[in-house]
Amino acid sequence: MDLLYSDADLAFRDQVRAFLASTLPPELQHKVRQHLRLQRDDYVRWHRILAAQGWAAPGWPVEYGGPGWTPVQRHIFDEECALAGAPQVLPFGVNMVAPVIMAFGSQQQKEYYLPRILACEDWWCQGYSEPGAGSDLASLKTSARRATDADGEHYIVNGQKTWTTLAQHADMIFCLVRTDPGVRKQEGISFLLIDMRSPGVTVRPIAMLDEEHEVNEVFFDDVRVPAANLVGQENRGWTYAKYLLGHERTGIAAVGRSKRELAFVKRLALRERKRGRPLLDDPLFGAKVAALEIELMALEMTVLRVLARGEAAPGPEASMLKIKGTEIQQALTELMLDAAGPQALPFDPAYLDGARQHALAGDDDAAPLASYYFNYRKTSIYGGSNEIQRNIIAQMMLGL
Amino acid sequence: MHFELNQEQQQLADAIRRWIGRDYGPEARRAIVHGEAGVSAAAWATMAELGLTALPVPEEHGGFGGDAVAMFAVMQELGRGLVVEPYVATVLGAEFLRLGGGHGALLERVAAGDLKLACALGERQSRHDAFDIATRAEATEGGYRLHGDKRVVVHGAEADVLVVSARDGGGGQGMDGVSLFAVPRDSAGLRITGYRMLDGLRAADVTLDGVMVDAGALVGRAGEGGAILDAALDVGAGLLCAEALGAMQALFDATLDYLKTRQQFGAPIGKFQALQHRMADMAIHLEQARSMALLAALALARARGGAGGEGGEGREGSEGGMGSDADADVAARRRAVSAAKYRVGLAARAIGQGAIQLHGGMGVTDELPAAHYFKRLATIELTLGDMDHHLERFMAQPGFTEAA
Repeated sequence: MDLLYSDADLAFRDQVRAFLASTLPPELQHKVRQHLRLQRDDYVRWHRILAAQGWAAPGWPVEYGGPGWTPVQRHIFDEECALAGAPQVLPFGVNMVAPVIMAFGSQQQKEYYLPRILACEDWWCQGYSEPGAGSDLASLKTSARRATDADGEHYIVNGQKTWTTLAQHADMIFCLVRTDPGVRKQEGISFLLIDMRSPGVTVRPIAMLDEEHEVNEVFFDDVRVPAANLVGQENRGWTYAKYLLGHERTGIAAVGRSKRELAFVKRLALRERKRGRPLLDDPLFGAKVAALEIELMALEMTVLRVLARGEAAPGPEASMLKIKGTEIQQALTELMLDAAGPQALPFDPAYLDGARQHALAGDDDAAPLASYYFNYRKTSIYGGSNEIQRNIIAQMMLGL
Repeated sequence: MHFELNQEQQQLADAIRRWIGRDYGPEARRAIVHGEAGVSAAAWATMAELGLTALPVPEEHGGFGGDAVAMFAVMQELGRGLVVEPYVATVLGAEFLRLGGGHGALLERVAAGDLKLACALGERQSRHDAFDIATRAEATEGGYRLHGDKRVVVHGAEADVLVVSARDGGGGQGMDGVSLFAVPRDSAGLRITGYRMLDGLRAADVTLDGVMVDAGALVGRAGEGGAILDAALDVGAGLLCAEALGAMQALFDATLDYLKTRQQFGAPIGKFQALQHRMADMAIHLEQARSMALLAALALARARGGAGGEGGEGREGSEGGMGSDADADVAARRRAVSAAKYRVGLAARAIGQGAIQLHGGMGVTDELPAAHYFKRLATIELTLGDMDHHLERFMAQPGFTEAA
């Protein structure tokens, strides 16, 4: 999309590229590019490198430590990081809880949490989903009862969250809890910050299709949370949660990552042979790759059109980007699997986790691909399933 | 980054929309389509008055020198209005003349609105490959003699001058050895059989039985027309993408309106989730297609303004003579245009078929305007390269494997 960027944008891109070339640790880059599993330290390490440069939170206002970039610059930064194979900066602290604290938190909350989030001193996770409340988030049941004792005001929290991503590493969880069961379901919800080391918090891993420990159930059994950890007003949590969702940006389309994966598919398909010729030259396989590349070009252009309009939080447009972005991501994992063929069948978790340098069998770069394919089925389900996104488009954008 | 129309383009688009709203409604269009001429002289005069015929012609030939983005704005409106006049054929013909250099007198008449052009490129065996040319051009004293059969020449019977592709050697493929000629319709040996296409537009089969033209009829240089053909076809495909976008938008809007008004089971049918999801998917197709049509227009505008100068002879005339920047620009143009034509085709099917389905029984009648949009979209898909053709061409560009 060079023809669409200004010279200043291109100069900025060069600056980001130079930074990535000199600071992105090769072993992290290798893990990301090869679809290996990242560990807690990998995420923290990269976050702190970015923080040292002042680039850990591109979306934050300058007063809280953001770099003051334009939306286009943020897009370029995200894309360059993804293309280079940098680990993702996990969104739970920087992009989810931080904007809510900035907008609705107390002065004390801002002063305490925001610098810690920026420096990655706390690992945050998200306590929204519950076993009985998936897409119907507002029907959540985890309760928080306000009480006073000798130590002051606090909440007693009981209930269960689920699908909590990387909660096994977390220091803090931001939760939606029910503080008033007697009103309309959206109106009795509060937004609470809970220390994961509090007595009564239990984390139980959920093994995914690919046996990776990525998500968890989190149980709250009479957990005591200081009232100072309530964000904003009691029973106004639904408003804050919606604000958070509205903060989803064009990054949801993950164009940069898909570009990197498309290049990976092509490299693989140039190496693999079908009847003695590169698989990419096979008309059947090549056509699938080409069709997907065109879809990705169109998505990138759609993202840039949204950015060019300068709208901060495009609701129904974000739904379009989510659907298309995840469809493309999933299709890329399918093509990887198809390209690798039988080489994708050996399953070697020790290699995926980095415990072994090379895969026990088969090719190193093919070994993670089946796992990757299975893992990516989640993308059309999380963050509001793609069916829910279609409802949003139909109702909010088309007025049906 | 700026993807909205500028004020001038928007004003022109508004003027076209007002004209269509006033004079070119479904009934007026039906009368034109079923009339003997198949086109309207009055409509053409108005289009010339609005400046549409002058828009793509360079300023030195009396035009406005509008680029592909300006044409994008115009074509969207003509697509929305389902205009059947020979505009794309004339603009595409003018692009051949512009790229070939010379022919200033013809271009001036195009700009003024008193010359219509058509492009006789396709043949029975060529399907979507405009480089599969069996038409022969024999050099004679002071000119050429042309033999061949051209099929489905859009607006071939309405044109005053036809741009004809031929080879010196008889049959063949590829860029080399292609010659292009501007052939007046009253040339001896030229037989034109006009007919109506499924979308109501006119086309013709054209037989060249020893048609004599003088050397001045050459568009570009003898045997070196390949690059011009390639570049002009991209311009044509870009025009069709924008036209399709306008048609898809109109069809989408009409369908959405229908979902909100048509009652079944005691509710507007748009309340049913199965229909909502289909419509949401059509909305995504529309946005993706818009993105690609716009990208193609930007790439074409860049190619036109790029290295080699404006309309100079040999600008696109010889691949070998271009620098690497120009080569890269040509590859980028082909990639963008083929990607767009493919993606727009995909959306045209999803939106066209979806609109008919969502209109139910009404959708399969000729009475409904939606049906005419569907037919126009299906025609555009099969014109200047279908989806398979453009996907294959996209894959053949260096960018496809270089990006690995």
